[in-house]
Amino acid sequence: MAISLGFHIIFAVVGIAMPVLMVIAEDRWIRRRDEASLLLARRWAQGTAILFAVGAVSGTVLSFELGLLWPSFMAFAGPIFGMPFSLEGFAFFVEAIFLGIYLYGWDRVPPRMHWAAGVLVALSGVLSGAFVVIANGWMNTPTGFRMVAGQAVDVDPWEAMKNPAAPLEILHMTIAAYLSVGFAVAAIHAWRLLTEPDNLFHRRALEYSLWMAGVAAVLQPISGDLSAQHVAKHQPVKLAAMEGQFRTERGAPLRIGGWPDEEAEVTRYAIEIPYGLSLLAFHDPHAEVQGLDAVPRADRPPVHIVHLAFQVMVGCGSVLMAVALLGALLAWRRRGLPDQRWYLKTLVACGPLGFIALEAGWTVTEVGRQPWIVRGVLRTADAVTPMPGLVVPLVTFTAIYIFLGFVVLFLLRRQVFTSPRVLPPAQGRRRSGA
Amino acid sequence: MPLEYWIAGAVMVSLTLYALGAGADFGGGVWDLLSSGPRARAQRDLIAHAIGPIWEANHVWLILVVVLLFVCFPAPWAVISTALHVPLTVMLLGVVLRGSAFTFRSYDDASDVVQRRWGRVFAMASVLTPLMLGVCVGAVAAGRVRMQGGRVVGGFLWPWLSPFPLAVGALALVLFAFLAAVYLTLETGDEALRDDFRRRALGAGALLGVLAFGALAIARRDAPLVWAGLSSRPWSLPLHAFIATVAMGALASVWWRSYPLARVLAMLQVTLVVWGWGLGQFPYLLPPDVTFTASAAPPAVLRAVLGVLVAGGVVLVPSLWALYRVFSGQQASSRRSSH
Repeated sequence: MAISLGFHIIFAVVGIAMPVLMVIAEDRWIRRRDEASLLLARRWAQGTAILFAVGAVSGTVLSFELGLLWPSFMAFAGPIFGMPFSLEGFAFFVEAIFLGIYLYGWDRVPPRMHWAAGVLVALSGVLSGAFVVIANGWMNTPTGFRMVAGQAVDVDPWEAMKNPAAPLEILHMTIAAYLSVGFAVAAIHAWRLLTEPDNLFHRRALEYSLWMAGVAAVLQPISGDLSAQHVAKHQPVKLAAMEGQFRTERGAPLRIGGWPDEEAEVTRYAIEIPYGLSLLAFHDPHAEVQGLDAVPRADRPPVHIVHLAFQVMVGCGSVLMAVALLGALLAWRRRGLPDQRWYLKTLVACGPLGFIALEAGWTVTEVGRQPWIVRGVLRTADAVTPMPGLVVPLVTFTAIYIFLGFVVLFLLRRQVFTSPRVLPPAQGRRRSGA
Repeated sequence: MPLEYWIAGAVMVSLTLYALGAGADFGGGVWDLLSSGPRARAQRDLIAHAIGPIWEANHVWLILVVVLLFVCFPAPWAVISTALHVPLTVMLLGVVLRGSAFTFRSYDDASDVVQRRWGRVFAMASVLTPLMLGVCVGAVAAGRVRMQGGRVVGGFLWPWLSPFPLAVGALALVLFAFLAAVYLTLETGDEALRDDFRRRALGAGALLGVLAFGALAIARRDAPLVWAGLSSRPWSLPLHAFIATVAMGALASVWWRSYPLARVLAMLQVTLVVWGWGLGQFPYLLPPDVTFTASAAPPAVLRAVLGVLVAGGVVLVPSLWALYRVFSGQQASSRRSSH
């Protein structure tokens, strides 16, 4: 399940973010008749098609796996938190329909309608992502029911959808989608620009993807700060695990790096910034931060994983923000695309960071909730299926996912290598490579 | 009518639309596997052309069915997922491989070897999925998916590894193949190609008749519940006679080359088969123990889901209409002829 999700999440964010790039490029084509942008929109649409198809089928696997692997969890939680899934079903429907029109309808619908179909894909992508995240938010901060003698009563699915964790998680996740996809796309085209620096196709691509990634990179720390404050208030155990905070204390320090020792209940080798954590989480240097010691050991998540994953996420996010700001500075100084070779190389190096941060962030929220599958209500171990030999489907699906992953990479690689070559008008006529 | 029956109806509608849309897409995969003769390449291209833009949208109906079941009938869904774990997993495997192989084929190397390799995966997966879907339906209908005292009885193989569910699996496969062949006759302007699929539709239709009677014979011994239902419900025999008539009508109109009529009749036939099964086991979700009413989620949940269904339908219907309108076969052929 975790493997399916970790795999699916990559394709899901592509479904959210790539349509935005497509419609930006197509809009430029419609407004300014910029040939390179049209080629780019078409090419990006092809890449999106491959990734979206794999995302759609891996998403289907997930919808079944919920029942196949966690029958008791779904029997308990299905009615309460199923509402966002049914809404997601419709959002996904709209996304699939209009992506079909977008991909196959280039010469069947008028340009602006075609563009509008792309916009609908982008919007429904955000919506369907948001609905899934609402369901996850509910697992973190369950609402909308009461437990009486082990049974959920007074179920109110709308209350469950309004669970407190959802809004900030959606914000963080949506920005993360634009951020990770933006930097990955920028890296691919930056890499191609290193060998063909005047190909307009890649210059446009870099321009659009850097805009998207850059804006997201600057907004993300703000949303992260809001999220952290929220987690501090509603999920103190998770915050304590993220920060490796074993003791409840006032004026808690912010730890950068370090290795939590769960036996001795201390986090070693960390750089500690005095009062940093209290300040960040509660905007008050003397605020009390609840440590892991507030709950029995059996109720604590695996601290080192959560702490490490959190450090990785924040680390990657910070680097990307710095790269984005640097790019903005360079672009402002030369009033154009920041295409210095060293900056392009930096972008290439940063390509995977967004996705690493994405997976790390997902690890933080999921592992940080353990041992609960629904925080404070149902333990993960009590929810798993009684089915014997689970390892067989697990290995099969993992093998298939790895295989699909390789094929997707291979296909995308060829898409990039056969990219069209568009020279600026001054240098002569257009040649198309594919 | 109680709320849970509305939901059950919505599940049936989604299943019907899944069968009419995605079922035919899988059927297309079957014909891809069986493509032969001088026009084998043209047959495969036509299939790919017909299902390319719409298969993902068609596929979502299945997700809707799953979501409706686990939200509104959580306990039976847990039982289904446990008892039918194996066929459902195999079906998922088929779903994954079908979708990705089809897409990979569209965007991979145009050389014949690569195309054939992806095509083979796509086609095999298209056979696997309807087969397993039918097996699951057959197992539920035969009353083999059972729960007693909150526990699943019968282990993980007994519920489905038996002649009747397997017969239903074969029936589903051939039904979808028949439907696809009938659709495909309308997707091309090429007479020879159309005749290829006419012959295939006739063959599949005849096989379907044989399988239907075979399944009936098996039901008598292996699925007493289904067999008893046929005789105990007053409307059951007339309904099946009607389905048989529609099936004959569909075959006859393929024979006489009235393809638009054949399409309508084939769709009606599939719809009737799905609803005949649904009504046959009503009011039981998992015959013979679990009724819709006894296993439904609290009314507040059902009301909310119905609200979502209505709102979703308002968005969905025009979108689907736009999709099918843009890509209907007539436009495809007129466009091709204008080139």
